[in-house]
This record gives sequence, C-alpha cells and structure tokens, in this order.
Amino acid sequence: MTGKTISEKILSLKSRSDARAGDLVVCDVDCALGTDGSTPMALDYFERMGGRTVRHPDRIVLALDHYVPPSSEKTQQLHHLMQGFAATHAITLHEAGEGIGHQLIVETGRALPGSLVVGADSHAVTYGALNSFATGIGSSDLAAILLTGQIWLRVPHSIRVTLTGRLPAGVYPKDIALALAGRLKADGAAYQALEFAGEGVASLDLEDRLVLSNLAVEMGAKNGIFPADAKTDAYLRGRTERRYRAVTADPDAAYVQEVVLDLGALVPQVALPHLVDQVVALDTVAGTPVQMVFLGTCTGGRLRDFHQARDVLVAGGGVAPGVQLVVTPASREVLEAMQADGTYDDYVRLGATFVPPGCGACCGTCGEIPGDGVNVVSTANRNFKGRMGNGAASIYLASPASCAAAAVSGMIGKPS
Amino acid sequence: MSAPRLMGRARLFGDDVNTDYIISSTRKRESLDPDVLRHYLFEGLDPAFAASIAPGDVVVAGKNFGCGSAMEVAVTAILGGGIQAVLARSFSRTYYRNAINNGLLPLICDTSRIREGDRLQVGGGPDMAVENCTTGERLTPGALPPIMLNILAAGGLVPYMRQHGSFVV
Repeated sequence: MTGKTISEKILSLKSRSDARAGDLVVCDVDCALGTDGSTPMALDYFERMGGRTVRHPDRIVLALDHYVPPSSEKTQQLHHLMQGFAATHAITLHEAGEGIGHQLIVETGRALPGSLVVGADSHAVTYGALNSFATGIGSSDLAAILLTGQIWLRVPHSIRVTLTGRLPAGVYPKDIALALAGRLKADGAAYQALEFAGEGVASLDLEDRLVLSNLAVEMGAKNGIFPADAKTDAYLRGRTERRYRAVTADPDAAYVQEVVLDLGALVPQVALPHLVDQVVALDTVAGTPVQMVFLGTCTGGRLRDFHQARDVLVAGGGVAPGVQLVVTPASREVLEAMQADGTYDDYVRLGATFVPPGCGACCGTCGEIPGDGVNVVSTANRNFKGRMGNGAASIYLASPASCAAAAVSGMIGKPS
Repeated sequence: MSAPRLMGRARLFGDDVNTDYIISSTRKRESLDPDVLRHYLFEGLDPAFAASIAPGDVVVAGKNFGCGSAMEVAVTAILGGGIQAVLARSFSRTYYRNAINNGLLPLICDTSRIREGDRLQVGGGPDMAVENCTTGERLTPGALPPIMLNILAAGGLVPYMRQHGSFVV
C-alpha cells in the first residue's frame, strides 16, 4: 500500500476512515460558507428538507458579498432573509461591505491547516493555500450541512504541481496560476486535487499562495492545496486561538500526474477573452487597446495586489485618458490597511472609482458594468462572455502589475 | 435501481459551457424561480433555445459542462424548462453534484457522434444506457456509486434527507 496525499489524509481524518483516492466518504465539515449568491436557495432547500435547527451553527459563516451594495429591493430582500436566519440560529454573518466571503474565511482564521472547509461558491478552493481541504459546493449541499454537519465527497486523485526556482522581477503569482491554467486547460484537473510542492513554495507568501489555490477551480480542480509552513503559522497568528496540525503528504504518496513549473523561467501571462485557459505570454497581445481596468476580487484584491499595481501606476505617471480604473478591496481589513498606509489616497489621486469591499464588478451582479465593445483588463479569475454583466465586452485576465501597466498606456503591455 | 426512461430529442452544445451561459447570473439577481428562469436558458448562446424546448429534450454537450460558478439555478432552470437529463463528455464537479442533488440525470459518455435532433432514449436499465434511435448507436455511461444513485432515486437531496435525515453510505 502506498502512502497518502494531503487530500487523502485530511479526508481520512474527517471521515474517520482509511480514505483513498476514488473512495466515497461522509465527512464532518469544520466550516461552511454561504454567500448571498447561494444561501437564499440553501435556506429554501433546508426548509423543504424539514430542517428546524442547524446542527453546528458555530461551523457556519454567512457573507453578504455578491450584491454590495444591494442595489435593488430583490437583493435587499435576500440580505434580510439571511440576516433573519443568522439571528435565529446564532450564526456568524458578515454584513455587506465587510468583504468577500472567501477573504473573510481566511482573515478570520476559519480555514486552518488540516481542516475541511467548504463554501457554496466555486472559489472556496482559495483556502487550500492554508493547507485546508477546501472546495466549492452548491446550495443543496450547504442545506444538508446545515441539517447534518456533514457532506459526502469522492476522495480525489491528486496532481502534484512542483514549483522550482523563484519568480523574476515583474512576474507575479497570477502569472504562475495563468501559466498553469494554460497548461492544464479548463478541465485538466477535473474531479482531481492540485497539490503544490517543491522548493518554490517557500518563496511564495501566504497571500501569493491564495492566488494559486483560487485559480485551481478554473482548471476543474476539486481543491488546490499547499503544505503548511512557518509562513502559514505567521499568517494565522492573532487570527485564531484554535490549535491545528498541518498535514503533509507521505513521501510515497501516489499521484496521477506530475507538473513541474520553473518559476524562474516565467514571463507575464494573460488569459484572452472568453476562456481562462486561453493563456498567452502578455507580449504576444501587446498593443491591444484597453478602456477599463479592474483591480479587485478574491484573486487580486488584497493589499499587496494594490501595492504592486499602485507602484506601476505612479511610476508610469497615472491613468491614460479614456481608461476607467475600478478598485474593489477584497475586504474591509484590506481597505483599512490601504487607508492606513496611504495606498487609498494614492488611488483616489489616480482617479480610481471605488466599489465597497465585495465581489464588485467581477460577476456583473454589482459594481461597474463595462460598455459594448470595451476591452477590460482585470485581476479577476474569470473572463467568460458576459461575466461582468455585458456580453459585448471582452475581458483579459492578468496580474495586478500588468493590469496597472494597461491603465497607464491604455493598451496591453509590459510595465515600463 | 434503474433510472426512469426518457425519450426525446438531442439538443447540442459545445465544450466548456459554463453556468453563466446556461443561465446568466444577472437573471438570478431578479428571480430564483425556475419557472421564470427557464425563459432565459442558454440565451447568450442561442436566444431561440428557451422557446424551442419540447418535453423530453435532452441536453448534449462536450467536455466540462457546467464549469465556472457553482450556482445551482443552472440546474434548477434546466429542470424548470422540462429537461431531465444532460449527456456530456465530462462535467464540472459542482454542476455534477448539483444535478444529482436535484434529480437531473447527469450522464458521462462519448457524445461526439450525437447530432442535433437525434432521437435519444435515456436510462430505463441499471446501466443507464443511452440509445441513439436515429443512428442505432448505444452508449454506456459508467455506473454511478450507490450514494449518488440513492439520491437520484429519491428524487434529489431534499426527499433523500426527508427519508434518511443523514447521509447513508
């Protein structure tokens, strides 16, 4: 019998069984997130399941993040529904403006090494950066978790992604994630786990790892999990009182595929409209005109992203005429940090439009909607047609620095 | 168990059809009612599709059907439109789970030789075989694990939970 991957080990712990890839197991969920995009339906399922009490209210987190600010009576009603449910069942609810649920799960120390955390939103894979088995679910699964505290999962086979070397200057974690998406394609990791390994991991900070885990679902992956190290511990210090035990892969664990990425050889990448896996070196589309630049989301809305973009914007002399710069911090913590260190003022001076912390313009449910024929360059994770609310716009995905460079020159190109 | 037998026309879609293409998330902001949402099914890909659905129609797609957002309306709107099965070369895992949980039959098989309008007979036996009555080809999706079969047989996760109260493996 071979050893186990990180995913096999965590799901063994959570199902109290000897779980192996391919097995179906019923697991205890350590934490489940519901958003205003998924929870209203979940509450309907819960009621129809006969649900009266929530099995483990302390393991549920609700976040109002998709409709921020709630710009219609309908979305306002959805928020009221969730606020009422949270109050009745003593569940933690993050109000509109506190931030994106995924960011809040990470910031509040809910996703711990070795834990099983699910979210009724596909980008719940983000918490894999913290050595948590983290995956997206639908509303009905969330309802069953409210009822039972459990979920069934098929234990995934794992692809080992070995990172070697260090990123050169001007190349960022988003470029790693896009390069990987280009290589594996949109379904290259379907039903499988991505397990990050190699010396390159240590060179990435926790915030960097979140970007890679976040994009895992764009390759079809069930989760994108990192080993834990001193950087994980440092991030969690002050965010949780709970004890945790990091989970490592056995040296003889079995992988279905091995992908090696040399970080030192990477160049800036861009995903072309309208597919996340249609990735090319940014140089090949240099000169493409750009009318809107979006900095934000659960991929690229953290403090260091805004620092990286700001530095390029300031060095380049500001935003080109005819380019709209839209900024949405991933959370209030990020917004306050931006205010504390002057980054916020920098963006105000640069003429950025601020959207309150939340999912913002990413999914077209709130925030700014691009016009017909507009090319958007975005730090987000998806560029599907219509994603930002207008099917006649085209979305390019790139790193914060590359997005900023596009804002400076009004066209796609390397930062000068 | 054996799945209910379905008979209907193949309605063809391509690879990587994401949930926003199935039903736009901006439609979802205004209503979660499948009876409302069904009018906007696949509107970005084929504006005439929703009005053309006939009872028994089967959605037939390529790889990675239902990728992107995990939003469950992408399943309930299809059911609301009267479609009870989706055949695809592969599904995104969240779409697959949501389908099972709502009693929409997701069948993984080689869909490459199915043409628009082919008459398909789906299920009816324990192997969930698909019979293409137009071409005579028989496709055999892989067997589903018991827990998924049981949820489907119950009619979805709501009736399953009402019966069992918890997951039974």
